Amino acid sequence: MSILVNKDTKVIVQGLTGKTGTFHTEQALGYFGTKMVAGVTPGKGGSTWQGTLPDGSVAVLPVFDTVAEAREKTGANASVVYVPPKAAGASIIEAIDAEMPLIVTITEGIPVLDMVKVKARLERSKSRLLGPNCPGVLTPGECKIGIMPGSIFRRGSVGIVSRSGTLTYEAVFQTTNEGLGQTTAVGIGGDPVKGTEFIDVLELFLADPETKSIVMIGEIGGSAEEAAAEFLKDEAKRGRMKPMVGFIAGRTAPPGRTMGHAGAVISGGKGGAEDKIAAMEAAGIVVSPSPAQLGRTLTQRLKG
Amino acid sequence: MNIHEYQAKALLKGFGAPVAAGVPVFSPDEAEAAAKSLPGPLWVVKSQIHAGGRGKGRFKEASAGDKGGVRLARSVEEVAAFARQMLGATLVTKQTGPAGKQVNRLYIEDGADIARELYCSLLVDRAVGRVAFVVSTEGGMDIETVAHDTPEKIVTVAIDPEAGVTADDIAAVVSVLKLDGVAAKDAETLFPLLYRAFVDKDMSLLEINPLIVLKDGHLRVLDAKVSFDGNALFRHPDVEALRDLTEEDAKEIEAHKHDLAYVALSGNIGCMVNGAGLAMATMDIIKLYGAEPANFLDVGGGASREKVTAAFKIITADPAVKGILINIFGGIMKCDVLAEGVIAAVREVGLQVPLVVRLEGTNVALGKKIIAESGLDVIAADDLDDAARKIVAAVKGA
Repeated sequence: MSILVNKDTKVIVQGLTGKTGTFHTEQALGYFGTKMVAGVTPGKGGSTWQGTLPDGSVAVLPVFDTVAEAREKTGANASVVYVPPKAAGASIIEAIDAEMPLIVTITEGIPVLDMVKVKARLERSKSRLLGPNCPGVLTPGECKIGIMPGSIFRRGSVGIVSRSGTLTYEAVFQTTNEGLGQTTAVGIGGDPVKGTEFIDVLELFLADPETKSIVMIGEIGGSAEEAAAEFLKDEAKRGRMKPMVGFIAGRTAPPGRTMGHAGAVISGGKGGAEDKIAAMEAAGIVVSPSPAQLGRTLTQRLKG
Repeated sequence: MNIHEYQAKALLKGFGAPVAAGVPVFSPDEAEAAAKSLPGPLWVVKSQIHAGGRGKGRFKEASAGDKGGVRLARSVEEVAAFARQMLGATLVTKQTGPAGKQVNRLYIEDGADIARELYCSLLVDRAVGRVAFVVSTEGGMDIETVAHDTPEKIVTVAIDPEAGVTADDIAAVVSVLKLDGVAAKDAETLFPLLYRAFVDKDMSLLEINPLIVLKDGHLRVLDAKVSFDGNALFRHPDVEALRDLTEEDAKEIEAHKHDLAYVALSGNIGCMVNGAGLAMATMDIIKLYGAEPANFLDVGGGASREKVTAAFKIITADPAVKGILINIFGGIMKCDVLAEGVIAAVREVGLQVPLVVRLEGTNVALGKKIIAESGLDVIAADDLDDAARKIVAAVKGA
């Protein structure tokens, strides 16, 4: 088992014909034979996209004008959005309106108020949105959606959830090196308003029998880590718990400054690293002080 | 992006908000003329810097007097005298840091007869993903102190983006702020227009502290702090035009030109990292091993050779930097591109301090080979722990 995506996930690409969409679609096709089935670019419907895979072979995909048409013709059940930030909000809403079950938005820099509109629409829909400003979701051996480097993964037992892209890679790489491997790695994204929070993903990992342990990587800003810690405490009371290792980025960040991610800012005395670490430790998570010790800390935790 | 108080008030006035008459000035002569153009008998002389806590702040220079950054004047002469003291002086507030900020502009405003001081702000409440009013009867004070001491006195009212500000929302705010009579009537127009200003201009924060009830019962915006969503500036050239570059760090302006996320810090180890989370984690691990980062710098996902070179120049331009740590986990970014960018930059600007490079991910073998064969004095590191230890040791040994 895995969560969110598996070998049956059929993916369309919104923004396929752009440079970023093309590169990552070639990579996705190259790793694990991810079922990338079509692209959507308004005005280019009826044409085809051609890409060169990492092994040198050539892939051809149909391009449609709308998500609804692409979904109907291909039976896709997931969409990945590489559309530039100015138009990305409208693209996500188009995917919601087409009732796409899973929408993964990689685009960074979408205006926050565009995401407020998206969120309102999302709440009345059946779609799940991952991101924006996230590296995507990957189940090793089955499906790669987004920009995570496929080469560092290995199928195994750790579920990984993170607000940060490159720190996700650290967690994946380290758990691979420890011989643990991953069930699924999920990037929820670094923006303040997003589709999926830690709690949503933790719920899926707790319910997944193949996931034996969890790595959760948060950062300064907001209170999603504290909310996740409360959720985990409540679940533990019901007997649902798995060994967890955590990390919070931004212990040394000055208040009031946005640290790259739009969501990474300590404001109004809230969102600091120490509060988050304390909440996570109170929920039984072993929080590593070093981002280089995630894998080793998890191995030690599993030894008991 | 932040703007000055007087700019924020002009903007809000354009949406119909009640603000006092006022004039921004750059010299004592202008201040005197401004005071004469206002009715009096009370004037407020307000320092315009991008930092809060101005009223309680103090100037570094003795010549600026021992009063704060916001002063009440009772005559035109007093306005001019304050302007002479304050312009060009350095104001230190709890938000400026010990270095303070030079006051280059003042705002001369008509005084107000205040009955009550309230707090009102709008922001994006990330817990619910909506724009929300944050209101409190405890205005005119540091809201963080109120949040800490009496959190029950701060109430959040989130707005449904599809319905806008409803009569129920207004009633909720009015009830929290204990408004009645004329003030309650004013509230019916003020709160919807504040929301409209926030949404129309893509603000990230609109803070009115205090929002006052005048002795005649009307509401007035007495102070205003506005920040905008940098990602939405493309649709607001009018807002972009309000940017005051003298308020921003020169290195940060240069970084912005190259689309690099950079924040100047006070330590001596310069960092270049891909990804915001990893960049913060790199700062954290430097601190963990006993040193301090000189900056946060995220070169982004798909950085080109030119971008890497620009980043390297910005880091080395900081005289405080005594060592550099480059930490790249290539996903989209390829390690060989990074390696070529670093080598090009070192050849161009030289390398006066120790440089530790840790590469991992896409094309890592090629990246390491390029650096090893470059003949440059680069310390290679195996992982993040190793990299942090090596740069801290190199800087401390130097």
